[in-house]
Amino acid sequence: MEREVITMKLARSHVLVCGGTGCTSSGSEKLLPEFDIQLEKAGIKNEVSVVKTGCFGLCALGPIVIVYPEGAFYSMVKIEDVKTIVTEHLLKGRIVKELLYDDSIDGAAIKPLKDVDFYKKQLRIALKNCGVIDPEEIDEYIAFDGYKALGRVLTEMEPKQVIDIIKQSKLRGRGGAGFPTAIKWEFAANQPEGKKYVCCNADEGDPGAFMDRSVLEGDPHSVIEAMAIAAYAIGSDEGYIYIRAEYPIAVRRLNIAIEQAKKYGLLGKNIFGTDFSFDLSLRLGAGAFVCGEETALITSIEGKRGEPRPRPPFPAVEGLWGKPTILNNVETYANIPQIILNGAEWFLGIGTEKSKGTKVFALGGKINNTGLVEVPMGTTLREIVEEIGGGIPNGKKFKAAQTGGPSGGCIPTELIDTPIDYDSLIEIGAMMGSGGLIVMDEDSCMVDIAKFFLKFTVDESCGKCVPCRIGTKRMLEILEKITSGKGTVEDIENLKKLAGSVKSSSLCGLGQTAPNPVLSTLKYFEDEYMAHVIEKRCPAGVCKDLLRYIIDKEKCKGCGICAKHCPVTAISGELKKPYEIDQQMCIKCGVCEIKCPFKAISRK
Amino acid sequence: MSATCSIPFNGTPEQEKKLNTVIEKYKDVSGSLISVLHEAQEIYGYLPIEVQKMVSEGINVPLAEIYGVVSFYSQFTIKPKGKYKVAVCLGTACYVKGAGEIIDRIKTRLGIEEGDCSADGKFSLDATRCIGACGLAPVVTVNDDVYGRLVPDDIDGILDKYTD
Repeated sequence: MEREVITMKLARSHVLVCGGTGCTSSGSEKLLPEFDIQLEKAGIKNEVSVVKTGCFGLCALGPIVIVYPEGAFYSMVKIEDVKTIVTEHLLKGRIVKELLYDDSIDGAAIKPLKDVDFYKKQLRIALKNCGVIDPEEIDEYIAFDGYKALGRVLTEMEPKQVIDIIKQSKLRGRGGAGFPTAIKWEFAANQPEGKKYVCCNADEGDPGAFMDRSVLEGDPHSVIEAMAIAAYAIGSDEGYIYIRAEYPIAVRRLNIAIEQAKKYGLLGKNIFGTDFSFDLSLRLGAGAFVCGEETALITSIEGKRGEPRPRPPFPAVEGLWGKPTILNNVETYANIPQIILNGAEWFLGIGTEKSKGTKVFALGGKINNTGLVEVPMGTTLREIVEEIGGGIPNGKKFKAAQTGGPSGGCIPTELIDTPIDYDSLIEIGAMMGSGGLIVMDEDSCMVDIAKFFLKFTVDESCGKCVPCRIGTKRMLEILEKITSGKGTVEDIENLKKLAGSVKSSSLCGLGQTAPNPVLSTLKYFEDEYMAHVIEKRCPAGVCKDLLRYIIDKEKCKGCGICAKHCPVTAISGELKKPYEIDQQMCIKCGVCEIKCPFKAISRK
Repeated sequence: MSATCSIPFNGTPEQEKKLNTVIEKYKDVSGSLISVLHEAQEIYGYLPIEVQKMVSEGINVPLAEIYGVVSFYSQFTIKPKGKYKVAVCLGTACYVKGAGEIIDRIKTRLGIEEGDCSADGKFSLDATRCIGACGLAPVVTVNDDVYGRLVPDDIDGILDKYTD
């Protein structure tokens, strides 16, 4: 086959520009043409290669640019900085220190990336190629051992041997519940020969989770390769990737990757000259959280309302269009080629006893280094928050971390040293989920957070079963009562009872886990709920109906600025004398607090 | 949901031609309804009952089933959107960082609720699920422009940019 090899040309320097959604949103797309212009001007365009990669992980500091061979880590790069990087660093060889990420500077020298706090404790398996290769060039993936695992599987192994390796590696599904991947595959493989399907769940619906998106944006071929391997293992010839329509960049890169793989004969008929054929296409989701549940997702691929159905029969027996189907999550697939290449033993050496390998987390919320991290199972929350995450901004105190999104729970300060794996999280009433990890500080109200998640599930409940459709709605009403100051102690008891019923009687995982955010906040922060119902007070100062804005008479200079800005004229007083807020009229908008030049107004 | 800007359907012949090409492409593909609707919404900007009827006749699926799918998925909209589509991310990361106050400020400024469109057809407001730009939380998008690390006071300045 004739093809141009342009990406692999020898260049003395490589400029990697992050093209993930985080950095793209902060303007990284504009940096690429600017680099071209400036390199052209400097006359060194042929010596330097500029590559748009997937996510580097440190999304909070985007756009990020890394220049090799020095490994200089430039953060928050603005378009006008490009010229400086080109003329100083690339032309004259002087690293532009003032544009470097603070933590990568060590006195006069710059630290290698692996020694930077953010990266030091990370181990990248699923994200191995993210931020390293150009995801739109299959040659770069191949140069990093891409499709080698598929080649080995097809030419040297029997389908059963493939399943055996995955079984030995003890790989568990990264989508939430942690079901052993090989068991699913074995079920499907044991079904009589005939049409079977391999599907990928890329419907990452957890609010605040973007692990799968980053894998698809940064290394789409790893998922394609793994799906082909899975197809060979179970005897399938067709697959679907079900992806959220909200991820345009990932959709585009997957389409490019599928086209390229087809062109290279890595998808399609007689792959690697064997009898094995495999075709892959995309199906776009249309915004329904319940479609992350496997039976709902399969119904949605069929073009219908994505409602779940009872199991058994499990999809491995009766799935898409009634045929045996396996469905794995993006991150699970991304691990497969690495396990085939490095062996089960290698994978077993990473992680805890029952949870092997690594887990990718999307760190968000009140944390300095918002972004994507991949750590061995068993890493403690403290390591993730304090060391990798760089702690909480503005000197605030850690209050809790929420994992597992609307299905999960929170981990309070006293459990911050828990090593994180599937089982330890279940034990403390949270769950791994797909890997969203939201950090909350003392300014977050836990009742409000529980209400936030419940609102989400009420919106997303498909309505098929009563406990989820009506139960979650009634729970939300109780929480609204509590946050508006009308709650009673009896309400809290009812909330607990109702949560138990919804949990035990809902049809699918969405309903069965929907009460978790409420139950876990009740477990660790019951005092906060009590403050809302008994003292009618929101300790974190979030629930508007319970707030009171007070003017400190000592600090007030009587300037009248607050009264001027109050939209409902609830503030009155005489100039140069302390002002007062009429609590009856106050709508708690908070404008006075912001405008007061003497910080005399506070919320209680 | 209220119908603040329920302007009458005025599809053009060009749009209909485009829709027919889409229908032709998917007519015999099983399970293609969602793909057809995605492309139909691309063409018309929304999926009023008139468009749903055309799809129904084109791919021979009952209108009731089509309406069922359209109303099930949040990406599909039966109401038209404004010239400038303002979307506030209400993912957890954005919410924890104050997206609630941001959306309140936009509602006050535009005088509309979530899911609605201003009377002049200029702005529509949506609360979206996580768009994954959590590093920039809280985030607002206006069409394809992304604004991050916002505080409520930034809103006026942003909306002022969209005057024409």
